[in-house]
Amino acid sequence: MDSNRQSSTYSVLRQHGVDRRAFLQFCTAMAATMGLEATMLPRIVSAMETKPRIPVLWLHGLECTCCSESFIRSSHPITQDVIFNMLSLDYDETLQAAAGEQCEEIRKKIMTDYKGRYILAVEGNAPTKDGGVYCTIGGRTFLDILKETAEDAHAIVAWGSCASNGCVQNAHPNPTGAEPVKKIISNKPIINVPGCPPIAEVMTGVLTYILTFDQLPELDRNGRPKMFYGQRIHDKCYRRAFFDAGQFVEAWDDEGSHKGWCLYKMGCRGPSTYNSCSTVKWNNGVSFPIGSGHPCIGCSEENFWDNGPFYHRLSSIPVPGIDSTPDAVGKTLVGLAGIGVAAHLASYWVRRASGKELPGGTGPTEKPAEHPAEKE
Amino acid sequence: MSKRVVVDPVTRIEGHLRIEAMLDDTNHVHDAMSSGTMWRGIEVILQGRDPRDAWAFTERICGVCTTVHALASVRAVENALGIQVPPNADVIRNIMFLTQYVQDHVIHFYHLHALDWVDVVSALKADPAATSALAQKVSPKWGLSSPAYFSDIAGTVKKFVESGQLGIFQNAYWGHPAYKLPPEANLMAVAHYLEALKWQKEIIKIHTVFGGKNPHPNYLVGGVPSAIALQSDNAINMERLNLIRDLIPRAIDIVENLYLPDLLAVASFYPEWTKIGGGLGNYMAYGDLPQNGIGDISKFRIPRGVILNKNLAEVLPVDLIDPGQVQEGIAHSWYQYPAGQTALHPYDGVTEPNYTGPQPPYDQLDETKAYSWLKTPRWKGNAMEVGPLSRMLVGFASGRTDYKDVVMEALGQLKVGPEALFSTLGRTAARGLETRLCAHWLQDEFDQLITNLKNGDSTTADTRYWSPETWKPESKGYGFTEAPRGALCHWIQIKDKKIANYQIVVPSTWNASPRDAKGQLGAYESALLGTPMADPKRPLEILRTIHSFDPCLACASHVIGPDGEKLAEIIVR
Repeated sequence: MDSNRQSSTYSVLRQHGVDRRAFLQFCTAMAATMGLEATMLPRIVSAMETKPRIPVLWLHGLECTCCSESFIRSSHPITQDVIFNMLSLDYDETLQAAAGEQCEEIRKKIMTDYKGRYILAVEGNAPTKDGGVYCTIGGRTFLDILKETAEDAHAIVAWGSCASNGCVQNAHPNPTGAEPVKKIISNKPIINVPGCPPIAEVMTGVLTYILTFDQLPELDRNGRPKMFYGQRIHDKCYRRAFFDAGQFVEAWDDEGSHKGWCLYKMGCRGPSTYNSCSTVKWNNGVSFPIGSGHPCIGCSEENFWDNGPFYHRLSSIPVPGIDSTPDAVGKTLVGLAGIGVAAHLASYWVRRASGKELPGGTGPTEKPAEHPAEKE
Repeated sequence: MSKRVVVDPVTRIEGHLRIEAMLDDTNHVHDAMSSGTMWRGIEVILQGRDPRDAWAFTERICGVCTTVHALASVRAVENALGIQVPPNADVIRNIMFLTQYVQDHVIHFYHLHALDWVDVVSALKADPAATSALAQKVSPKWGLSSPAYFSDIAGTVKKFVESGQLGIFQNAYWGHPAYKLPPEANLMAVAHYLEALKWQKEIIKIHTVFGGKNPHPNYLVGGVPSAIALQSDNAINMERLNLIRDLIPRAIDIVENLYLPDLLAVASFYPEWTKIGGGLGNYMAYGDLPQNGIGDISKFRIPRGVILNKNLAEVLPVDLIDPGQVQEGIAHSWYQYPAGQTALHPYDGVTEPNYTGPQPPYDQLDETKAYSWLKTPRWKGNAMEVGPLSRMLVGFASGRTDYKDVVMEALGQLKVGPEALFSTLGRTAARGLETRLCAHWLQDEFDQLITNLKNGDSTTADTRYWSPETWKPESKGYGFTEAPRGALCHWIQIKDKKIANYQIVVPSTWNASPRDAKGQLGAYESALLGTPMADPKRPLEILRTIHSFDPCLACASHVIGPDGEKLAEIIVR
């Protein structure tokens, strides 16, 4: 493909009848999604006006396609803008028109024409047992195809808990030897975007960040973008006040559930789960699991399927109340979930701080605020 | 000489499917193989876990048919534990069920299936004014149909194509002789592809209200997790109900004035496809949408039954726990049974994976040997088709006037008889007609919820058997539903408060199964027989028929592991 014919995102948007005002509104909404300050807006606008559309090869391994389904629910930006105006979604078995040999030709062509410049998005993971026969595409193992496609990728986006952590097929006893991308590919930057599935606007937010700033997002030690996985759901949960007050749902459909009290005693994993559910929320902010009366099952955390049963309150945790501070409980939970202090500290990054640091990493770096619980 | 056409991956589906079709001298398919090429082992993973968690695991079998496995799972556990959920729980589950149908069927038509009939590049030649006239004729009530609107869309397509980066539309079958739509119809369809993409994220918010998120909303054994408290600002209240109330009329509008008119308009250009792709002629539905509890099959909105050999004069009963009815074989699957066993009911099934296919990379599979990760379910020995066509036919043949009315109206508009339903196009049309019923039922179920609340019933869960302390030492149960893609059932055995056995037979296993020991083809395989191919290197016709089933291979290719420990040993080794 002739690279001279590539258009910038803005030029394509303009060709599509999007006027300047709508374009700026779109950039503003995108900045808000990523938690960026208003002063960052000119930079976004500039990037969108000049950058070509990045090719994306989106592979599917052992998975359930919930990540793709989530992705197409994105409200800002809407999917149409992402896949037709902002990126070039060149290979995606779920949406592409071509099949069979014709899609294999596309994959090969993009790998050649855009060597080192395409983004590899991976949904699902690879079975590694028995030579990988538990997932084949075009007569080849997904394991092979993943390795081959990763070789010349600029970076890899590991969608969802399957690609990031292993998810359900990786749960005990992991019959197919399913392993996440990070266990298979070691020589490429991998952005883990966990969740089952991840929130739609988190998915489009990660991709548009890369496009806009021409750099990969800042990651925590688990390879997750700090901008979306920097804090525990519990830290920002609107029911946190009930936790602090010791007011809990004790049974389904009880008085506490009618009043929207804390779901911790029903097994809520919000205190040990890093995700944006309680801030970005789901499906354009309509709700999130806790907001609709069900405990968080911790779907963005490593090995969450084997940390059940889901409705059992995490054991050996004191029931919060007047004798126990929430932060102490939170600290214990974090320890139990195997999340280190570094990640815990990262949770106290204010979102605007990461915004300041983004362009080229030259901005002022704020020292993370110390967590009160760490002093104990 | 026989030619073999391999389509792998089959795209615009869920999961990994391979089709091999053998062509005769005139390029007609005379034999076909359907192979599921992925396997995850979810049932093995469920062994020994808390039955109340099973919905979350099984829901992750599929994110396209999200909710359906969760629903079947909570019903199976409730059946085992003797729980009857409160009426509001059934109504809310029905609302979520119908939301899923309407959203999923619309996505299937526009985003997974339409490109089999619609030539995107041909849309470049369309005249916007003529397209506007066509659109207003096809659907007078659909507002977005001005010449300026289509002019914008035409400009979008033109610039997109000229950009040289065709994304999901590249290297496809544009210009293929099997495409028959005039440019204006193609442009209209492209515009509606985009409209439907924008809308689908709205209707699904109903799941978010009750289940907290979509995909994969939350379910609960014993009821639904979202409490209703009209005097609270922190539960299902008037604001939440209004959010839903506003989404339903828009869904009806989309179905009545976008989806159905487009479906009938496209169908009218492909009359030959009412004679291709019929396949087995055996249809099965388990039924769903309870109006008086899941135990009262007679009050389901979607009726249960079997039709054999296209005989619409007789609807046969289905019993999911009769060991002689649903059975699974493995004659052409990568599994093994103990000596002497050939077909087993799910309660008695045995599964040991045993990959005997060619070592990858391979060029072709062998139809005389095992060639799929799917097993071979049969009903009383018959290969069955499940899905929208089966449900519409069972409803029609059961004498239901609501079913008959929508079917006869559509057949009348297309000027074809009921025999046209037994085809690829019939399958595609049945999905649209079913969506029409579902969109209106969605309103009915919502009204029922309001009626219950007016009558003072806001109960959403029965917690009497929530605690495992209340359970018998051993119990077993089954939970069925009609997934968008067809009949689905989960069977569970609970022992000492844990899952002792969990088994699932899903719609795409029925439809995509390989041939059985008697040589009976599966539904996909059978439906491909006789299909003419204009250009075997560009397998558009195969995609049409396979897509008419709406394949879901993550669902289909699981393992049924009744003896979990043994199975785990074998696999882990």
